[in-house]
Amino acid sequence: MIATIFRRALYSLPIALAVSLFCFLLVHIAPGDPINAILPPDAPADVVAQVKEAYGLDKPLPVQFGIWLFRVLHGDLGRSLATGRDIWPDLHSALANTLVLAAAAAMIGFPLGTMFGSIAGAFRGSWIDRAAVVLAVAGVSVPHYWLGMVMVVIFSVLLNWLPSMGASPDGSGVWALDWGHLSHIVLPAITLSVIPMGIVTRTLRGIVGDILNQDFITTLRGKGLRRGGLIAHVVKNAAPQALAVMGLQLGYLMGGSILVETVFAWPGTGLLLNNAIFQRDIPVLQATILVLSMFFVGLNLAVDLAQALLDPRMRR
Amino acid sequence: MSNLVHVRDLTVKFVSRDRTVHAVNGVDFDLDQGEVLCILGESGSGKSVTLRALMRLNPPTRTVMTGTLNVGGQDIITASDREIESIRGRSVAMVFQEPMTALDPVFTIGQQIRETVIRHEGVSKADAHKRALELLDLVQIPSAERRLAAYPHELSGGLRQRAMIAIALSCRPKLLLADEPTTALDATVQIQILLLLRRLQRELGMGVIFVTHDLGVAGEIADRIAVMYAGRFVEEGAVREVMRHAKHPYTQGLLGATVHEGMRGKRLTTIIGSPPNLANLPTGCAFAPRCPSADAACLEAVPGLDGAFGAHRARCIHQPAEAMA
Repeated sequence: MIATIFRRALYSLPIALAVSLFCFLLVHIAPGDPINAILPPDAPADVVAQVKEAYGLDKPLPVQFGIWLFRVLHGDLGRSLATGRDIWPDLHSALANTLVLAAAAAMIGFPLGTMFGSIAGAFRGSWIDRAAVVLAVAGVSVPHYWLGMVMVVIFSVLLNWLPSMGASPDGSGVWALDWGHLSHIVLPAITLSVIPMGIVTRTLRGIVGDILNQDFITTLRGKGLRRGGLIAHVVKNAAPQALAVMGLQLGYLMGGSILVETVFAWPGTGLLLNNAIFQRDIPVLQATILVLSMFFVGLNLAVDLAQALLDPRMRR
Repeated sequence: MSNLVHVRDLTVKFVSRDRTVHAVNGVDFDLDQGEVLCILGESGSGKSVTLRALMRLNPPTRTVMTGTLNVGGQDIITASDREIESIRGRSVAMVFQEPMTALDPVFTIGQQIRETVIRHEGVSKADAHKRALELLDLVQIPSAERRLAAYPHELSGGLRQRAMIAIALSCRPKLLLADEPTTALDATVQIQILLLLRRLQRELGMGVIFVTHDLGVAGEIADRIAVMYAGRFVEEGAVREVMRHAKHPYTQGLLGATVHEGMRGKRLTTIIGSPPNLANLPTGCAFAPRCPSADAACLEAVPGLDGAFGAHRARCIHQPAEAMA
């Protein structure tokens, strides 16, 4: 098992490196010279050269990448072009907010999806099954920014039950566990949870249905196991695949909440990215994408290890 | 009723919205403690369904059973689910065809044996473990301690089937049901498993019902043979009688299609055609469309089994001379 952990972690390294390279190249892939983003087009040539030197843009690309990577590894993500401030403090609080929102959405979507999916898989063809399928398809198909706006109209505007914007009553970006903060997270979390709920429902329905059709279920019934004993077997067989899907979904929740965060003005990475895109603030973009990608890589590693822990056939 | 198994006019139907499949259509037999019955037949003859009916293991929502079905004095058809669950694995146990898929891949062999013992005997985990060790010893799996910690995919096919047998024997059943337990194995391993099953059957004095499509296997292990076709026993009797003096054209066809002693110098024959559709059975003898000696009389009614109960008897109105074989 230790060897497995080591090997899987090792596999993640090249992926992380490739992702970093991509983030670094973002500056150069983006249309136009990066200088154009910093200086007005009519800047004199000597200013351009000066700025190039200041940003290290006069050096060859591999060297630039090396320097950039070295700084990133030491926690220096650079400065925002728009505000001139260090990126890390802003990114840090945005990241915390996104994490809170993603966790809340996961806590709503995963258990519901697991419940609906498992019941549907266990009773294929029943009305419960059909209802779960409809729910799953609806969850996956409904555009969540639209759902977010509808929820705002209903619960904030018409009923006036819940706040529609921001993460906290005082407008600060800091999150805390009290009713004021909780009431702010309800709408975006529900909105964000709909897609993962649909996907988890659909996946678990398939997994549980398949497992129940396997020969060993007949063996277990033939041994006289009751429902409780059978469920233990189904759970352990379903867990690796279910975990994989949920891990991936959590990753999407982290990186894919741009629209929902924008609708609800949630001060997370999505909003940060959105603003960075409109302001052509490439260093912020770079840093945010890098950190989110690293989350994704780490999450995948964690899922891999959890799978290996649960399913002996994956320990190779 | 002193028989271990007592079956009269058993029928099993699978009912779904668009059709009804008549898998078993009136089966009678008795089995005594310590006796080995082999049910022989090709795929779709209803032999596995009959076997599973004995512990009510067919899909519960679609299966309709009628007739008399007693195992160890317990009425299987009318028993409650709870009663059935306490019979399964305790007084009646089953060994399946494909040990790779019949064992749970993410539980160790030891866990799968222990859970059965604990389920029925309520013993401690340590005692269950001790029993598991004895069982692996009984089915001749070497390095038992290590094998208990192994997962099914870490064992060879033969060892897996031995482990499967160990699970079946874990609560010392009175009746062992074996559903083609050697079919998925290599020829050499097949023989080992057969010998093991025969030895265990004698040592433990179990009644065994063994389902197979392999005449050689049947001759190796059975006391009595029942040949099954389209959900009915078409011939039954002592193994020697049936093998040497087959009465039913179908049995003769099977014997003619298999290499066995006494075949020297003869050509192998085939049975033309294929088994009937169980959703739409003919009125007369189900084998008539494929039978070389069939005539109009065969199609009128299903022939009865001639002869006394327990004797060598066949379900054929012509009973052609055995010289055909």
